[in-house]
Amino acid sequence: MSDRSNLRLVVLGVLVFSLLCTLGARLVYLQLIAGESFKAQAVDNSTRDLVTPAVRGLILDQDGRPLVANRVSLVVSVDRAALRKQDDDGAAVLQSLADALGTTLDDIQGRLLNCGTEGAPPLPLCWNGSPYEAVPVAKDVPDRLALQILERSTEFPGVTAQLQAVREYPTPYGSNAAHLLGYIGPVTAEQLDAQGDSTDISRLRATDLVGRSGLEAQYDTELRGIPGVTTVNVDQGGHVVGSAEKSPPQAGNYVVTNIDAPLQAVVERELRAAIERVRAQGGVGESGAAVVVDTTNGHVLAMASYPTYDPTIWVGGISTTDFQQLMDSKGLSSNAWQGALPPGSTYKVFTTAAAIDQGFSTTRNYNCPSEFRIGPQVFRNSYSIGYGKISLARALEVSCNTVFYGLGDAIWKSFGGYDTPVDSIDPIARAAEAFGLGAESGIDLPAEQAGRVHSPLSKRLNWEQNKDTWCADASSGYPEVRLTDPKKADYFTALAVENCQDGFRWREGDAVNASIGQGDTATTPLQLAMAYAAIANGGTLWQPQVARGILSATGEVVKEFAPVSRGQVDVSQGAITFLQNSLPGVPLYGTAASAFKGFPLAQIPVAAKTGSAQISGKDQTASWMAAYAPANAPRYAVVMMVTQSSTATGTSAPGVRNIMEALFGVKGQTVDPTRSVFPDGQPAMGMPHLASDGTPATPENGEVPTSLGGLIPAVVRRD
Amino acid sequence: MTEGYRTMFKRRQMSLASGQRSAYWQRLDWILIGASLSASLLGCVLVWSAGRSDLAEDPLYFLKRHVIYLVVGLALALLVSRIDHRLMRAYTPVVYGVSLLGLLLVFSPLGYTIGGARGWFKLPLGITLQPSEFAKVAIILMLAMMLSEKRDAESAPRDRDVLFALLVAAVPLVIVLLQNDTGTVLIMGTIIVAMVAVSGARTRWVAGMLAGAVTLGVLAVPLGLLKDYQIQRLTAFVDPSAEASAGSYAVNQAAIAIGGGGVSGQGLFSGTQTQGGFVPVNESDFIFSVAGEELGFIGAMVILVLMAVILWRGIRVAMKAQDLFGRLVATGVVAWLAFQMFENIGMNLGIMPVTGVPLPFVSFGGTSMIATWLAIGLLLNVRIHSDN
Repeated sequence: MSDRSNLRLVVLGVLVFSLLCTLGARLVYLQLIAGESFKAQAVDNSTRDLVTPAVRGLILDQDGRPLVANRVSLVVSVDRAALRKQDDDGAAVLQSLADALGTTLDDIQGRLLNCGTEGAPPLPLCWNGSPYEAVPVAKDVPDRLALQILERSTEFPGVTAQLQAVREYPTPYGSNAAHLLGYIGPVTAEQLDAQGDSTDISRLRATDLVGRSGLEAQYDTELRGIPGVTTVNVDQGGHVVGSAEKSPPQAGNYVVTNIDAPLQAVVERELRAAIERVRAQGGVGESGAAVVVDTTNGHVLAMASYPTYDPTIWVGGISTTDFQQLMDSKGLSSNAWQGALPPGSTYKVFTTAAAIDQGFSTTRNYNCPSEFRIGPQVFRNSYSIGYGKISLARALEVSCNTVFYGLGDAIWKSFGGYDTPVDSIDPIARAAEAFGLGAESGIDLPAEQAGRVHSPLSKRLNWEQNKDTWCADASSGYPEVRLTDPKKADYFTALAVENCQDGFRWREGDAVNASIGQGDTATTPLQLAMAYAAIANGGTLWQPQVARGILSATGEVVKEFAPVSRGQVDVSQGAITFLQNSLPGVPLYGTAASAFKGFPLAQIPVAAKTGSAQISGKDQTASWMAAYAPANAPRYAVVMMVTQSSTATGTSAPGVRNIMEALFGVKGQTVDPTRSVFPDGQPAMGMPHLASDGTPATPENGEVPTSLGGLIPAVVRRD
Repeated sequence: MTEGYRTMFKRRQMSLASGQRSAYWQRLDWILIGASLSASLLGCVLVWSAGRSDLAEDPLYFLKRHVIYLVVGLALALLVSRIDHRLMRAYTPVVYGVSLLGLLLVFSPLGYTIGGARGWFKLPLGITLQPSEFAKVAIILMLAMMLSEKRDAESAPRDRDVLFALLVAAVPLVIVLLQNDTGTVLIMGTIIVAMVAVSGARTRWVAGMLAGAVTLGVLAVPLGLLKDYQIQRLTAFVDPSAEASAGSYAVNQAAIAIGGGGVSGQGLFSGTQTQGGFVPVNESDFIFSVAGEELGFIGAMVILVLMAVILWRGIRVAMKAQDLFGRLVATGVVAWLAFQMFENIGMNLGIMPVTGVPLPFVSFGGTSMIATWLAIGLLLNVRIHSDN
């Protein structure tokens, strides 16, 4: 055969073997070099995790009564991917679903929007979970309706009804505690992103509910438990072809709180009653808070805030109207630890302590005129009453402003007067800060407010923030105000000029105002309770604790939280002793005498201080009462505060008195510890014991939560 | 066995001189047969593994048929190996005509479409045939005959012979093109180019055909010669990670299967991609992914080596062929098997577009198995009729 043919045959042979070598090289790359990443993809492809959610732990009061429990609810969810396959993007399906559920199309469509997208409703209503998950649109759906939806699956493509464990609030003794307990909601995309590519079994999954506020958020990892995961092998159609790994769910731990449900109910009731008293007398009674702490260890025994809300509105997703009402009521955050207000005269204990440590005599008399003048400025006593020459203790009893103005003025002068260093903290503010004001108390609850203490430093920092505005106003001269009221504009401009040029200076008026708890000082009721507890116990500033410990679902003690001391208050023992000796006079002969009339003060001496604080922007003063008892062997500190209270002493002081009666079992003039909210006359010791099946051993009123044993259906999904 | 048949068999055996008979068995290329049979048996195992998850009611459905096709193919190969060259030349136009008829039959109501290609028709008893497989054999025989006719071994075909041969070969190619069977068109084109080249035809024919192929490839997209699904398959090849088409899904899943196999594989019947049915048509077009996943790099290399041995033996047969006809037949078979292997394994590995051609010997498919073994029969035939 021709050479040409031979040559071309050889070329063909070379070509053929080069093709085979190409395949070989590619095979080496795919299987030997890049193999690992493909292996992972193959595992992803062919396994699915069946997640059985863990039963969330309960939240118990100090005797083991459930404050938060679980029950089963039917929840209707919508799979958006299935809707998008419809010609009209599912509009018709959603309309008939809205009709069936008795809600509006807008409501359902809003819930299906991812938060932050155009037209999405605000946070708890929009969907903040994974974009691939079915979105719950209705909770507690009646069985019949859920069945209808499931049966008419062709009419409702992508709509499912599932049993879900949801939170239940047994409200023992009618207690509410909504702010303390908090609520749970779907895990957010940020939380999921934050844990990266975690493969930990207890990691958050897109379907999880997590604590979003209160104890639910603070102890979320304890309460959440560990979900059961069965890893199964599946084929391309998602059919299970085998099971690989299996781990059973582990129920979440129980959080035992120091809260006492009967006491909590009393405190809530008394707070509400105080506000109703204000309203009955024509006051506004806008909001309020009340706190009871154990002065010996910082345990928070009760803590209430008004307005409050029914925590069941969060269960299975809050409705649009409920959320709007909640926002309008301003009841979402707690006034007990998330809102700070000027403490008014309750602050005078700090002024007193500072004055004593500055060398002011506790035995001599001080002049209590009806008013105190600094140049043209007049600072008045309440009702402009003068008491003449009185002792320091008497000044506390009758809450004589002018005595404390004088002390504040004298301390200001000795501290430097007009030359007070702008970055300093004056002795009065230092005493207040020593008792924990102006700093977070460290309570085991999220989003606590730190409040502020008015001082030269705080004034200068405030000036730094505002001087640009003040100086701009000073140069413009309020042209808009000038159009209608030139005199007012002149006054405003003069103020602005002064603030602009001199607003960083700690002036006499500032010091005098600060000495009675006005000005820029603001404290939470919780901070004030801890401060008065420190006076009571001789100077130990406890870190307030809501949780007492953690129990496993079977009742074993996992953790017990020891009291945490924030240290000894940096105030002389003499000053503390003086306060301890003086404050019991307030309910006996002072501003709280009318409120405590008839209270067996001989048996249960009560140390107290009233306050009535002016709050900028509010017409009516805030009514404060801070107290502890028994004054001779302190155990409880109680603080109540009501804003926009028309009367000073008729609001909070009677409320605190009633709480004291409940604490000690006072009936009329008699003290009967068996009538106390505490079965032994005092708070429970240690951890409660649960029944062997893990249900709390509920005393008397027997509100046992619905046990969930094995009722929760598995959720089949892909990770 | 009936008495009559046995007598017939005996008589036939006796009619062969004993020397001739032993010479026949000795002259068979046992390496070629061994490699082809090994590949086919490996194919049985892989088809079994791939098929057992597809049909739960009969896990052995694919395996049983595959074995039957193999036995039929092997028998036909041995039969073909013994046919006299003159007889073969004489029947070539008949084979060609019949295969053209078969190709046209798929346009009749008997024909039906698989994977976008109208390339099959159904016979009674549930037998399906893909006539384009046999058309490859017909093209090889027809070209070999026309390019070698009345020539002595030393002279090249005249231009007129080449032209006629190309026209004759173009007929089935155009019909297959009309069936949307891109893969087979490419294989037929490769066969034609290789055979014309090895026939010793003037260089301008070879150069012209190669240039034409390149031009056609470049112009195919703007001229709209490629249909949408064909472009999709090609773009999936360029960027396998871009989703959208069925082509890229298969390519990605096959890559995951093969890549996940690693060195020694996940074990027979244990590949998650294979057993889970993630790779489409993995008993046929994507059978190589089963080898890659379950038998690993070692198993995949065994297939590559077996293919290399088959092609090496085929080229050797072409080299040693006694006449141009034999050499061209062997060349055609080598070009066919080489390109089809490369195309099939290449698409499994994501370096060739997905065109739906089976892997010779290994893939499930009766027509393919029988046609492939016919091709081996042709190689054996050429070798038997070679000089040494």
